Amino acid sequence: MYDGSSVRAAYDGISAWLGQTTPEDRRLKAREAEVLFRRIGITFAVYNEGGDPERLIPFDIIPRILDAAAWALLERGLAQRVTALNAFLLDAYNGGEITRAGRIPTSLIVGNPGFRPEMQGFRPPAGAYTHVSGIDIVRTAPDRFYVLEDNCRTPSGVSYMLENREAMLRLFPDLIAAHRIAPISRYPEELLETLRDAAPPACQGNPVIALLTPGQYNSAYYEHSFLADEMGIELVEGADLLVDGDVVFMRTTQGPRRVDVLYRRLDDEFLDPLAFRSDSMLGVPGLFRAYRAGSITLANAVGTGIADDKGIYPFVPEMIRFYLGEEPILCNVPTWRCAEADDRAYVLEHLGELVVKETRGSGGYGMLVGPCSTKEERALFASKLRARPCDYIAQPTLALSTCPTFVESGIAPRHVDLRPFVLFGSTVRIVAGGLTRVALREGSLVVNSSQGGGTKDTWVLEA
Amino acid sequence: MLARTADSLFWLARYMERAENVARILQVACRMASMSRSIGNGSNEWLSTLVAAGCEDDFAAVHGDAEPSARAALHYLARDPSNPSSICSCFETARRNARAVRTALTVDMWEALNETWIGARSFGERDFEPDRVAVFLDWVKHRSLLFHGAYANTMLRNDAYYFTQLGTFIERADNTARILDVKYHVLLPAADPVGGALDYYQWQSILRSVSALRSYHWIYRETLKPWHLAEMLILRPEMPRSLRSCYAQITRYLGLVAETYDNRRGECHRLAGEIDARLRVGRIEDVFQCGLHEFLTEIIDDTAVLGQNIAEFYLVS
Repeated sequence: MYDGSSVRAAYDGISAWLGQTTPEDRRLKAREAEVLFRRIGITFAVYNEGGDPERLIPFDIIPRILDAAAWALLERGLAQRVTALNAFLLDAYNGGEITRAGRIPTSLIVGNPGFRPEMQGFRPPAGAYTHVSGIDIVRTAPDRFYVLEDNCRTPSGVSYMLENREAMLRLFPDLIAAHRIAPISRYPEELLETLRDAAPPACQGNPVIALLTPGQYNSAYYEHSFLADEMGIELVEGADLLVDGDVVFMRTTQGPRRVDVLYRRLDDEFLDPLAFRSDSMLGVPGLFRAYRAGSITLANAVGTGIADDKGIYPFVPEMIRFYLGEEPILCNVPTWRCAEADDRAYVLEHLGELVVKETRGSGGYGMLVGPCSTKEERALFASKLRARPCDYIAQPTLALSTCPTFVESGIAPRHVDLRPFVLFGSTVRIVAGGLTRVALREGSLVVNSSQGGGTKDTWVLEA
Repeated sequence: MLARTADSLFWLARYMERAENVARILQVACRMASMSRSIGNGSNEWLSTLVAAGCEDDFAAVHGDAEPSARAALHYLARDPSNPSSICSCFETARRNARAVRTALTVDMWEALNETWIGARSFGERDFEPDRVAVFLDWVKHRSLLFHGAYANTMLRNDAYYFTQLGTFIERADNTARILDVKYHVLLPAADPVGGALDYYQWQSILRSVSALRSYHWIYRETLKPWHLAEMLILRPEMPRSLRSCYAQITRYLGLVAETYDNRRGECHRLAGEIDARLRVGRIEDVFQCGLHEFLTEIIDDTAVLGQNIAEFYLVS
C-alpha cells in the first residue's frame, strides 16, 4: 500500500476510509462477515487436524487494490503464459519438438509423475488442455510481477474470489460505490462459454455440460456446487455417470442422459479405475476410453500435470520464447534445481536465505522457509535434499508486497499473493481480479489456507 | 434431473418432517408424563413414546429392558447421534443430503437447513433435561415450519419440488399412522375397560401432537370422542395431517412427476392410487369393525412399500 513514504494512489479511498472508521466498527464488520460466510456455508475442509471439520477461511475486510495499468500488464502476461503452457502440452504429447530442440530435458516430461503416457498422440478439441488455470503471482514492485506457480490441473479458489466481492458489496456498499471497480460476477458465464467452446466434434447442438466433484467431503466441495449452480449445470459424482459404448451418460429420473463436456474437479488418477488407479471409487469406469474416442471433453484435459510441476516451472519462459517467439511479460522467480550439481551445492550453502520446496508438494506443505527456520530444521532438510535431490527446488525469498490487514493488534502490513483465473478456449478470458491470499501471521510468507492464511477481496480499478 | 438429486431431496424432506414429528411426540410425552403423575396412573409414557417413534427396540438394545426414564428417553430421541431418528440426527442427515445437492435447493431452503444444523449443535446437554427441553422442542417446530415456508415459497414448481413434497407426505403419513397406532387402545370404543380420565387426556394429547385440538372442535362441535378423533386423523380431507390428506398429496405429486416425464407410470402410481382410494371411500365404522390396529399396520406397511417403489422407479437408475 505504501509507495516509499506516501500512500499509493490506488489506496487513497481506502486510506481515508480507514481513517474514519473506529476499531469497534471494523471489529463489528469483521464479525458480520464471519456470520455471513458461516451462514452461506463457505467452508474449507481441513483434514486430519481435528477441530471443526468445516472451517472458515479467515476473511480480511480491507481490500487489496490493483490499478488499471498494473492489471493491463498482468492480463497480457497471463494470456501469454497460459497460451504457451497449452502449446507446450500439445507438443509434449504429440511429438515433443521442444525436447528435440534441446530446450527442455525429456526426462522432465516422461519422468514427471503428472505424465500420462495414455495421452500421447491425442489432441483434445481446439488443442485446449488447461481450460481453467490459476496462476499464483506476487508483486515486488509496481510493474514487476513474479509467477510463483502455475496451477493447470484443477485449481480452486474462484468461489472465494466471487463470494469475497459479494460480502464486500453487502458490508461496505458506500466504500465500493466510491471506487470504480471492475466487476467480476461474469466469471461463471465466461467459464460456461469456455466449456461450450470445448465441446467435442461429436456433439450435435447445445452441449450438455456437467461438473464432476469427488463429493461433499472434498475440501473444495463448496466451490464445486457454487460453480455448477451459477452455470446452471448438473453437479455429478462418479456414481451418477455411466459409460455405454464409449458414450458418457448421467443417471437421471428419466433414465440416462448424454453428457458432452465434463468440467472435472477430480484428479487424473481417480477419474477412471479402468485406466488409472483401480482402487478409486470416485471415478467412472470407461470414462477415459470415451474421452480418447472423442465423445466427451474433459476440462481440464488429462495429463496437464506435466506443465505445472515445480520441476518444469523454470522452463516456462523458455516455452514462451519457443512457441510464441516472444519475451515473457511476467517474471519467473530465479530457481535452483537441486538435481543439478552446481545448483545443489549453492542451495546447500545458502539454506538460510532460500525457500526450498518439494517439487511434488503443494498447499505449503513440505517446504523450508530459510530465513524463518531453525538450525535443526535446516540440517534435517539438508539431509533429505541430499538423499533425493531431484525432488527439490529452491528460490530466493522475494521482497513481497504487503497489504494493510486487520489483525488482533489493529492494522498491520501482511504479505499477499494473487491467484488470477485464466480461461482458455477459443479465446483467452480473464476476469479482472483474482483471489488474494494473505499470510495472517506477522512476517510469514506462507499464504495457503491450509497453513492458516486468509483471503481478501481484490479490486482492479477501472481506468 | 439427476436420480441422486431427486433421492437427496426426497430424503432431506423426510428427515425434516421426521424431526418435527419426533418433537411433537416428545412434547406430548412431556405433558403426559407430568399428568399421569398427577392422575396417579403410573403408566410409563416414555415407553409408548419410544414405540411411536419406532425406536423401542434400538433403545432397549442400548439401555436394556428397564422402564425408560424421562431423561434417557429424551436424550435418545432428541439428540443421541447413535439414533438415526433422533432430532439432531435428522437435522444432520437432512443437512448432509442438502449439501450433496445444493444446486437443487433455493438459497432460502439451504439457509433454513444450514442454520438449523448450526443451531442444533449449539444446544448443550443441560438443554435436554426434562425441565428445560421444552425450549428445544419449540425451536425444532419453528425450524421445521421455517423450512416448509422456505421451500413452499421459493422452489420452482418442477420435479425437484415434487420429490420434496413426496418425501414430506410419505413421512407424514407414516408418522400420523404410527402416532395413532400406538394409542389405538385408548381409541377403542368407550365400552372398553381401558377408558377413563387418563384416556381422555391421551386423546387430547394426540390432537395436540398434531396441532389439531382447535380443528377438532371446529369440525365436530362435540366433546372428544375416540371415533371422531380417529376419523379426523385418518379420513377427513380437510385435516392436513390426516392419512387421507397425505395420500391426496402423494397421488397428486406422483401424477405431476409422471406428467413431467412423458406420462411414464409404474407400480408406485398404482399402489398410491389404491391406498388413496381406500382412504377416500372408507368409513370409520368399517375401520373399527375390521380393527383399527390392523388397518393402521396395513397403511404403515403399504407406505413403506410405496417408498421403495418410488425409489426403484425414479431415484436409482
